[in-house]
Amino acid sequence: MEILGLLAGGLIEALEPLNLMLIMIGVTVGLWIGAMPGLGSVNGVAILLPITFLVPPGSAIIFLAAIYYGAMYGGAISSITLGIPGASTAVATTFDGRPLALQGRAGLALVTAAIASFMGGTVSVILFTAFAPALASVALSFGPPEIFALMLLAFATFVGLGGDDVPKTILSICLGLVFASVGYDQISGAPRLVFFDISGFLHGINFLVLAIGVYGIGEMIWTIDSTRGTITTTESKMSLKSLKVDTREGISRGWKGMTIGSFLGFFVGVLPAAGATPGSLMAYGVTKMVSRNPREFGKGHPGGVAAPEAANNSASTGSMLPMITLGIPGSPTTAILLGGMIIWGLTPGPRLFIDESEFVWGLIGSFYVSNVAALVINIAFIPLFVWMLRMPFTILAPMIFVLSVVGGYAAVRDMHDIWLMLIFGLSAFFLRKFDYPLAPAVLAIVLGPIAEPTLRQSLLLSSGDPTIFLTRPVAGPITIIAIILILLPLFKVILDKLRGRKQGV
Amino acid sequence: MRRGEIITAGILALLSLYMMWESTELEVGYIRGTGPGGGAWPFWLSAVMLVCTVVIAINWARRTSPPSQSTEPVLDAEGRKMLLQVGGGLLLFIGLIDILSMYGAMAVFLFYYLWFLGRHTLLLSLTTAFLAPIGFFFFFEGLMRITMPSGLSFTAPVFNLLYDIIY
Repeated sequence: MEILGLLAGGLIEALEPLNLMLIMIGVTVGLWIGAMPGLGSVNGVAILLPITFLVPPGSAIIFLAAIYYGAMYGGAISSITLGIPGASTAVATTFDGRPLALQGRAGLALVTAAIASFMGGTVSVILFTAFAPALASVALSFGPPEIFALMLLAFATFVGLGGDDVPKTILSICLGLVFASVGYDQISGAPRLVFFDISGFLHGINFLVLAIGVYGIGEMIWTIDSTRGTITTTESKMSLKSLKVDTREGISRGWKGMTIGSFLGFFVGVLPAAGATPGSLMAYGVTKMVSRNPREFGKGHPGGVAAPEAANNSASTGSMLPMITLGIPGSPTTAILLGGMIIWGLTPGPRLFIDESEFVWGLIGSFYVSNVAALVINIAFIPLFVWMLRMPFTILAPMIFVLSVVGGYAAVRDMHDIWLMLIFGLSAFFLRKFDYPLAPAVLAIVLGPIAEPTLRQSLLLSSGDPTIFLTRPVAGPITIIAIILILLPLFKVILDKLRGRKQGV
Repeated sequence: MRRGEIITAGILALLSLYMMWESTELEVGYIRGTGPGGGAWPFWLSAVMLVCTVVIAINWARRTSPPSQSTEPVLDAEGRKMLLQVGGGLLLFIGLIDILSMYGAMAVFLFYYLWFLGRHTLLLSLTTAFLAPIGFFFFFEGLMRITMPSGLSFTAPVFNLLYDIIY
């Protein structure tokens, strides 16, 4: 009851005219920043942080949290309409969002993404309200072996459930992981994999260079080649009636993904260093696994949009939990928010709930309000995004190429990486022709910087004994599930052979 | 397609070997007291990649993968022409950035694509090629405070004019 009273106070504070106005502006700005390839919530929050010094700290963090929420909603827009994941958290949304857009069902994909984001945000904020301090201590018990086991599980879902050629999938994952290790060794600081001694490799390969290369350039060239440039991307039209139909279909076919994504995303988001990207990927994998029609995934299933979108929104709230309760940021964006809180004279940590109760509950109240505002604003803009897709393909294609190059440069600020992006794009075009799945490589380059140090720290802890991943109470079951998933294609081959023999007999 | 698949596997095998060799510049084994060496992670992952290319080659020989069964060419004459026109356009776009600035190169690319490849009217091509870079300029330089490459010095008067508006 005490929590409800505090929450009511927080909601009243969030609904004050100044805060409500900041929420509306923040969500709208965040939505557009998130929709731009190469820019994500981290850019929006970082750029607008100085502006918040004009308002009281409570209103400032509400504004930044609204940008964060808006950007998480917006990330899906470029994934669906352009096929380019604006941020790593939206990579999994392209798997089914893009095929839906190409089938002329961009409206359904966008509505499903908006509803799933709303559900993810709402479930996570309820969990946040109820279990904040307890979950923070659970998250702290996750050490390097547990985090590495989670990474292994994320990759295993691709091998076991991807449905693609297994050696090609494993090759793709390894390629992404090796690319993630280019630059400096995180532990010794020594230069590593500086290909042909080109100095541009010293700062590593940013995931966006590979993601935009693969999805922005490679995918577009592939589409132009396979359709001979004669297509109009989508014929989808948006009306109030179609919005109702899409909402109904999005909920009925995507509810399972929304539920899984909302809960899984929150718990993965709470873990320091894990965040929304592995959360969204795992939610996609699990939803596909429990679906009655797993073969429809990757070809345009609303559940494939709902799961990652619910998960990444849920994780974004989840990642605020260790920031507020322990002072540990769970993502780059929350790291900037943490910096802001320190500048405003607030000390994140367990005492924040007691010393600055009004601030914390005002922020939690703003999560609820931001979520509703983001849903309404997002749905209001959907007709505009769909209209964009009705442009002739010969106008849309060069615009996507331009967005890829400009967005790529905005993120990395180095021409070396832009050339690399072109090389990746052309290579992706040819690799796709030979059925190499490229999504695993993109996700591996995102998760590589988490996976490698946690593996090395774990092996250091166990003096080189790899059984540490099997003997710890939390890491053990996760590792076993991951191993089963990796071996799943092998079991299928053996089963098929046995069935074949029986039929032969 | 069949020949293309084995050539691709061969290139990836060479890439794996090269990455393994590059990784050996750092320790690839376990160092007592400090854990796995700095080269271990990329070395062993590249080794797994190499094994995968061998499996892909075996599948190719057994004709079990769809590309290994296909008799179609990787790119027909029209596909080659498309790749040359679109890929060449992109190459030109990126190559011109250091000379004409990001926005100048963007204008050239948009005009080339819309007018030459898209066969749109001259008015539409010119209008889009002129207005889109200006829109991008105000978004990135004005709103997001992200500076894009400004090309050689001859572009300075144009940039000075635009910067006067936003600052």
